[in-house]
Amino acid sequence: MDDPTITHRQRLWLYAYGIAVSIFLLAPIAIVIPISFSPGEFLEFPPSEFSLRWYRTFFSSPEWMSATWVSLKAATLTVLLATPLGVAAAYGLHVSESRLAKSVRPLLIVPLIVPVIIIAIGVFYLYARLALINTLTGLVLAHSVLALPFVFVVVGAGFQRYDMAQELVARSLGASRLKAFLTVTLPQIRPSVISAALFAFITSFDEVVIALFVSRGPSSTLTRKMFTSLRDQVSPTIAAISTILILVTLLTAALILIAQLRQKPQRAAALAPVTAPEA
Amino acid sequence: MMVHPAEELEAEDRGERLRLLALSLPSVLLVTIILLIPVGWLFWLSFSGPDGLSLVNYIRLYENTAYLTIFQTTFLISLVVTLLTAALGYPFAYLLSQLPRTLAILGLFVVLLPFWTSTLVRTYSWLVLLQRRGLVNTLLLKLGLVGEPLGLVYNTTGVVIGMVHIMLPFMVLPLYAAMTSVDPTLVRAAVSLGATRRHAFFTIFAPLTLPGLIAGSLLVFIYCLGFYITPQILGGGRVNLVSMKILENATVYSDWGAASALGVVLLVATLLIFKLLQKILPVERLLRRP
Repeated sequence: MDDPTITHRQRLWLYAYGIAVSIFLLAPIAIVIPISFSPGEFLEFPPSEFSLRWYRTFFSSPEWMSATWVSLKAATLTVLLATPLGVAAAYGLHVSESRLAKSVRPLLIVPLIVPVIIIAIGVFYLYARLALINTLTGLVLAHSVLALPFVFVVVGAGFQRYDMAQELVARSLGASRLKAFLTVTLPQIRPSVISAALFAFITSFDEVVIALFVSRGPSSTLTRKMFTSLRDQVSPTIAAISTILILVTLLTAALILIAQLRQKPQRAAALAPVTAPEA
Repeated sequence: MMVHPAEELEAEDRGERLRLLALSLPSVLLVTIILLIPVGWLFWLSFSGPDGLSLVNYIRLYENTAYLTIFQTTFLISLVVTLLTAALGYPFAYLLSQLPRTLAILGLFVVLLPFWTSTLVRTYSWLVLLQRRGLVNTLLLKLGLVGEPLGLVYNTTGVVIGMVHIMLPFMVLPLYAAMTSVDPTLVRAAVSLGATRRHAFFTIFAPLTLPGLIAGSLLVFIYCLGFYITPQILGGGRVNLVSMKILENATVYSDWGAASALGVVLLVATLLIFKLLQKILPVERLLRRP
């Protein structure tokens, strides 16, 4: 406490409050993990004994496995589409001093503002006419639009910390713009690009609302299938899947943190770029 | 005829700038085709009736009391969630801003961990926690605070609890950013000049962090307005929000006129609030770091 005018004792209520809010924030995540190891049909906490029953159910179910596969494919392709597009846009807008650049920027942020439910019905209406419903292409295109603002903003921030003069030097020594970008600039903004790619992955992997409209039956994503089965029953299989998803999230967050810390050792707050709430 | 070298350079420069700008074209095209055109299309649909241009969809929204109730519920729940996240978030962010560095980072992780966890996972978790025989009810019963299990889920209570949990990080992060940028010497100066702690807090600290509070509140409110997943699951079909009605009209009844009119109203409300937010805190900055 850097404030000498107040003692810890006087702040006890604030600490207590802080602990209570922390419990509120963490309990839902902490509770799912032990529950997923419970043996019975009913969710128990704490579980009476350790069992991998629900993990087995998940891994041996062709439907869950195919949904997981669809999600992984969609998220990977979203990364492969949204990352280069977002990096190109961020670079173009950063380097070009054209006045038009100012009006392009908000356009790329739009997907963050428009409620996902509206994007979803719009996409549904469009896809119905283009025969893109229940296709991986359709899903990836829509997810890429959602991921684009994250890539754009995260990489844009990377460019702002980077000294463009280095690229100019490379070019003045005879490198083409592309070569200068690939060999001088890109390696230095790599942490931002990696974070952006991970954001894109998580955006697609966690998305439910659009998937609800455009991916059905065998082309359902994992989260879509979770959502529909949650409406019917609170099956413990979901706890097992949730635990796996929490681990995936933690891993992604750790990777982003590592990427960002390499870039700027003192900033631990780099994790904040928001995955928009899965509205 | 010889072109003046400076002019030539300038023309070249302009060409170069446009070429660089063109790098954003694929992204712009993607957003336009997948988002802007379809939303424009919905806009158009919402104004078309059985015979051409008409306001029939909007009149129906206005006249049908069921729709009015849905809008009221949506606004009310969004407001309650916003107020609750502010009440929970402000002291929490304040605590974080006052903690020593290492503890503050730990505290930020407490906010970021749920923030990162899939909304669906967290929603499921609340479903488990709030059930009749869930952990919360068991605890309340054991402590003797209630005589029988409370109905905490499949109703508005459940929806609000779940939404507050999902939205809290969106409140804490802008608040924390606002609070850490307040110069602590200002408060100390006030105290050394004779103000009580309380007085210094309310006349110096609180007003300086107000933009953060407003920004966080607007952000939470906007997200609540269009929220679908969590209210749908925790409401168990008993809580009807605009987003659910949009989905229902589009998929169950194929009533695109009604769905798009609802969508347009929701979008306009969201954009208006977003414009306010943008004045206080540009969203790009918010995204970059807390």
